[in-house]
Amino acid sequence: MRNPFIPRLLRVERVVIETADNNIKSFHLSFLMKEDEEAFSYLPGQFAELSVFGKGEAPFGMASSPTEPGLRFSVNKAGVVTTALHRLEEGEMVGVRGPLGRPYPIAELKGKNLVVVAGGFAFTTLRSLVKYILDTARDDFGRIDILYGVRNPGLFLYKEELEQWSKRDDLHLVLTIDREVEGWEGKVGLVPNVLKEIAPNPDNTYALVCGPPIMLKFTLPVLRELGFPPERTILSLEKRMKCGVGMCGRCNIGPKFVCRDGPVFTLAELAQLPDEGL
Amino acid sequence: MKEQMKYLKLSKEEMANLLDELRREFRVVAPVRREGLILFEEIGSGKEAQLDFGNSRKSPKDFFFPQMEVLFSYQLSDNELKIEEPQPEPRKTVIFGMRPCDARALLLLDKIFLEGEVQDSNYRRRREENIILALGCTHPRRTCFCTSVGGNPFGTEGIDALFIDLGKTYVVEVLTQKGEELLRDRLSEADEESLKSAERVKREAESSMGPQVKAKELADLNLLDIFEDSFWDQVHEKCLGCGICTYLCPTCSCFDVIDEKTDSGGERIRLWDSCLYPLFTLQASGVNPRPTGRERMRQRVLHKFKYFADEFGQPSCVGCGRCVVSCPVNLDIRRVVNELVGGKA
Repeated sequence: MRNPFIPRLLRVERVVIETADNNIKSFHLSFLMKEDEEAFSYLPGQFAELSVFGKGEAPFGMASSPTEPGLRFSVNKAGVVTTALHRLEEGEMVGVRGPLGRPYPIAELKGKNLVVVAGGFAFTTLRSLVKYILDTARDDFGRIDILYGVRNPGLFLYKEELEQWSKRDDLHLVLTIDREVEGWEGKVGLVPNVLKEIAPNPDNTYALVCGPPIMLKFTLPVLRELGFPPERTILSLEKRMKCGVGMCGRCNIGPKFVCRDGPVFTLAELAQLPDEGL
Repeated sequence: MKEQMKYLKLSKEEMANLLDELRREFRVVAPVRREGLILFEEIGSGKEAQLDFGNSRKSPKDFFFPQMEVLFSYQLSDNELKIEEPQPEPRKTVIFGMRPCDARALLLLDKIFLEGEVQDSNYRRRREENIILALGCTHPRRTCFCTSVGGNPFGTEGIDALFIDLGKTYVVEVLTQKGEELLRDRLSEADEESLKSAERVKREAESSMGPQVKAKELADLNLLDIFEDSFWDQVHEKCLGCGICTYLCPTCSCFDVIDEKTDSGGERIRLWDSCLYPLFTLQASGVNPRPTGRERMRQRVLHKFKYFADEFGQPSCVGCGRCVVSCPVNLDIRRVVNELVGGKA
């Protein structure tokens, strides 16, 4: 039996500084062993524990789509492990355990319209989902709206890809920033306000939301007012995690472990649980 | 067909010899006295084993889920990284003198470490290899409440053979094949009279148990109802957050994982952790879903008596009473449970 705490080894192939404040970097990784790559079969919305040897592990959602080679993680520098990750250079080794958690319910989303709402650097796994849909079966889904907001234009992730996506006629991409900046041609305003303004039609539509707690607090009521029922409002949550497999005991919301039972939950599922923060 | 239960017996004077004989083949762990405390340790002589004690200060879960455990070590040279798992203990371990509550606690730990989608391979190896010779509780302590949470002073769950103290001799209930293989050639058959005495000792112990703790009643309450109850606003106030209850608890399973680094490599280490510590749930962003003692004590109590009970049909508590005995401010889990239930009656 494989020890679930032993990571698989990957090489850092490319490091991309994503944001103007240098605080978010993307790491493009490749598996050292073919069998590890095959064993790591994931879907958008799942996450992994990323190791920097000597520093520790931390959980991150995969920003890459399973249709892309290797793995990509976009990491905001905040704690010990993320700071160590930011120091990594191309050619260095990291460890990965996973895939962990439940993915976005892709089969259930088929035949539906999607409204993707993201704030800040939480765009990563939603990017994975959209990319996966575009690469596999765009025709299986209805209209796709993406609303993505950050504080200022320098903080958008994946700027080149967003540029390409904005030109596609099968995606409706709306980018927004908090405050007016010279030369900015997108929307100005907080995510919940812009969401109210663009008012996506809730009929036959799922909302997929990921962002900081404060954004969720104001965005979820707007979705409800627009007519999105809790069963079709999907969130991806973040908690402190160590094991990632429901053992270490810290990421639970009442009886559910975010690592094992999530991180993807519908608002209807969360309504059954006590409030331990989003 | 269920095989007939096998009963053996052993005079107390022969116990040290039995343990010494087992030591030739096994690592033998037993309760010993160290600086005034009863602790489970590997013994170097059968005489070291303490046979007369309430319960050990620390639970023997260490021998299955160690307080500190190296998960793997790694060496880095020329940008080649090599991961190595530590060598397991080569000898099988016999644990003598474990109390039935602590043995039953292992069945609850199994639910976390073995019965989910992912299995902990180190824990599994120790569960498969360790042999448990338990010692029934002739004199349950006043802080014991095993019968409130599904256990018994002479419970047999999770045990290979149960020793029953009759004063000068032990009657030994052989419960598994492992137990039978270990003991059948080493002990003699028990006689009718000893068996009758054993039954009497069991009945007396059971009837000496203190008042019931309302664990079952707590599990039946509605979660959303008790979660926001004002009960939590005050009950945590005297808790120091020292975490001793979680460290001594035989069913607590929370852990931390850390790295320790040397010049050319390092180790990844698993350590017991406690839900009562403020950093336990603190996220790198600064968000902490359990920022005060109120949320942390609520987590400890509801995890044991509600979340675990809902998922597995029994609370994550075996009633050993260690948390009651060792709490520096006398915060008594029995009262917490009963008052929470009482307030909802």
